[in-house]
Amino acid sequence: MREVAIVSFAQLPAVRRDHVREDTEMLLPVLHEAVAASGIAKKDLGFTVSGSTDYLCGRPFSFVMALDAVGAFPPISESHVEMDGAWALYEAWVRLQHGDVDSALVYAFGKSSLGDVRAVLTQQLDPYLVAPLGPDSVSLAALQARVLLDRGRTTEREMAEIAARSRRDAMRNPSAQLRFDRGADLLLAEPYLVEPLRRHDCPPISDGACAMVIAAGDLARRVSRRPVFIAGIDHRIEAQGLGLRDLGDSPSTRLAAERAGVARAKVDFAEIHAPFTHQEVLVRDALGLAPGTPINPSGGALASNPVMVAGLTRIGEAAARLQAGDGERAVAHATSGPCLQQNLVCVLEARS
Amino acid sequence: MSDVVKGIKVPVRLAYTAIAGRDMTRFYQAIREGKLLGRRCPSCRKVYVPPRGPCPTCGVATVDEVAVRDTGTVTTFCIVNVPYEGQTMKLPYVYAMVLLDGADLPLPHLVQGLEADQVRMGLRVRASWAPEAERPASMEAIRWFEPSGEPDASYDSYREHL
Repeated sequence: MREVAIVSFAQLPAVRRDHVREDTEMLLPVLHEAVAASGIAKKDLGFTVSGSTDYLCGRPFSFVMALDAVGAFPPISESHVEMDGAWALYEAWVRLQHGDVDSALVYAFGKSSLGDVRAVLTQQLDPYLVAPLGPDSVSLAALQARVLLDRGRTTEREMAEIAARSRRDAMRNPSAQLRFDRGADLLLAEPYLVEPLRRHDCPPISDGACAMVIAAGDLARRVSRRPVFIAGIDHRIEAQGLGLRDLGDSPSTRLAAERAGVARAKVDFAEIHAPFTHQEVLVRDALGLAPGTPINPSGGALASNPVMVAGLTRIGEAAARLQAGDGERAVAHATSGPCLQQNLVCVLEARS
Repeated sequence: MSDVVKGIKVPVRLAYTAIAGRDMTRFYQAIREGKLLGRRCPSCRKVYVPPRGPCPTCGVATVDEVAVRDTGTVTTFCIVNVPYEGQTMKLPYVYAMVLLDGADLPLPHLVQGLEADQVRMGLRVRASWAPEAERPASMEAIRWFEPSGEPDASYDSYREHL
C-alpha cells in the first residue's frame, strides 16, 4: 500500500444553530484554513471529495452548490459521498493508491438545525417495513441500549459516566458545543428522554463543517514536520434490517478493526464516533482496546454532533493530537446508519 | 393471485427552515428598498448579482458590496407556450437571462411589454418594480423587465456572458 498521511485538519466550532451562514459561507473558512495549513497550494491538490446529505437541508444537489466554496476552475477532479466525511476520506485514500495524484482535499458539512434531524434520520431506514412506522434515531438507539443493559454489558451509571467524562473533556476543546462539568450522580437524577436513555445519553443537535488535506508519503514528509500516516483504514457494513442484526454487538467494527490492524501495536488513545453513550461501550469492546485506553479526549460526538461531519472530525481530532505530539499511535472510528450499522476504523501513526 | 400487493404508498413529509445566508440576506433586504446589491470577487473582479457567497470560480469570499443598475441586456431567452398548473402569466410569455449593467452573471426573469416574438438577444430592458408597499424580500420585488427604448446592445458587449 502507498503511504498516505493527514497533513492538516480544520473545523468550525459546532453550534446548535447557525442562523446566519449557509453551507458555502460555513465551509469557506475551514477549507482555506486546511489548505493553508497543509503547505500545498490549492491548485496542486490532485483530488477533492466531500461528504454531506441533501436530507439535512432539504435541498437537492446541495453538495454541488457547496463546490462554490472550493473554487472549481480550472476544472478540478471531484467526487462526493452521501455519507459522513470519513467515507470521503476513504475514497480519497483509495484515489491516492492509484499513484497518479499525490494529494487530496476532503471536507464535510452539515446543518442539522434546518430540519427535524430525528425525523430526517428515519428516512435512512428500510423504506417498506421500518421507515413507515416512523421510529426516530433516539428511539432506535434506546432499543439498542436496552439490549446492552439486559445483557449486563453496561449500566445506566456507566453510561452517565461516559456522558459526564465526554462533556468534561470537551471543556478543553474550543470547537466543542457541550462543555461542562456535571457528575454522573446529577445526571442519573434526571428523567428518561426515551427509556432507558436520558438526555445526557444523547448527542446535541449541531451545525458544523470540517476539512482535511491528505498527501502521499514523500510529499507529506516534505510539507509536514510530523505527518500522521494512515497505517490502516477499513469500513464494513451490517444488514439493513434491524431485526437481522444483533444490536448488542458490532461485528462490522470488529472486522474493520482487524483489517485496519488496530491490535498490531499499543494504542495511545481512541476517538470513537458514538453519538449515544452505550454505543461507546459497544465500539470500545469491538475495537479490542486495552482497558484504560483514553477515549475521546476531544469530547466526541456527545459534545458536538454535526451529522455527516462528526465522523471525519474524530479522525481529524486524532490526527491533530498526534501531530501536536500527544501520542504516537491512535485509533479513530466513524459510524453511519441506525444503531452503528456501518463502521469505519482508521489507525493513525505519527512519524517524524 | 388478485391479492398480490404490487405497491404501497409511503407518504413522507419533512419540514425545513431555509437560511438565506449572509450575502443573500443583504440582497433580499436591499431589493425590498428597490436596490440591487451584488458582490465583487477580489480575485477575478467579477460582480455576482445576486451574490453567491464565495466566487465559484476562485473559491474566495466576495468581500466588496456593489450596487448595480436596474437596467440590462437580454442575453438569451425562451418563449413559454405550455400551460401548467399554478401558472399566473398569460401564454405565450418570455423568460430571459438579463445581464444587469455592472454585473457579470445574468439573472433569469420575465420579460413583458412587447410581443413574445419581438424579444431578441441584445434587447435593452429596465426593471418594472412592484409598488413599494407590496414589495417582497425576493426576486418578485421586480415584477418583470420591459424594453427601455434604448438601441439594442451589440453582441460583443454580452458574448462573454452567454
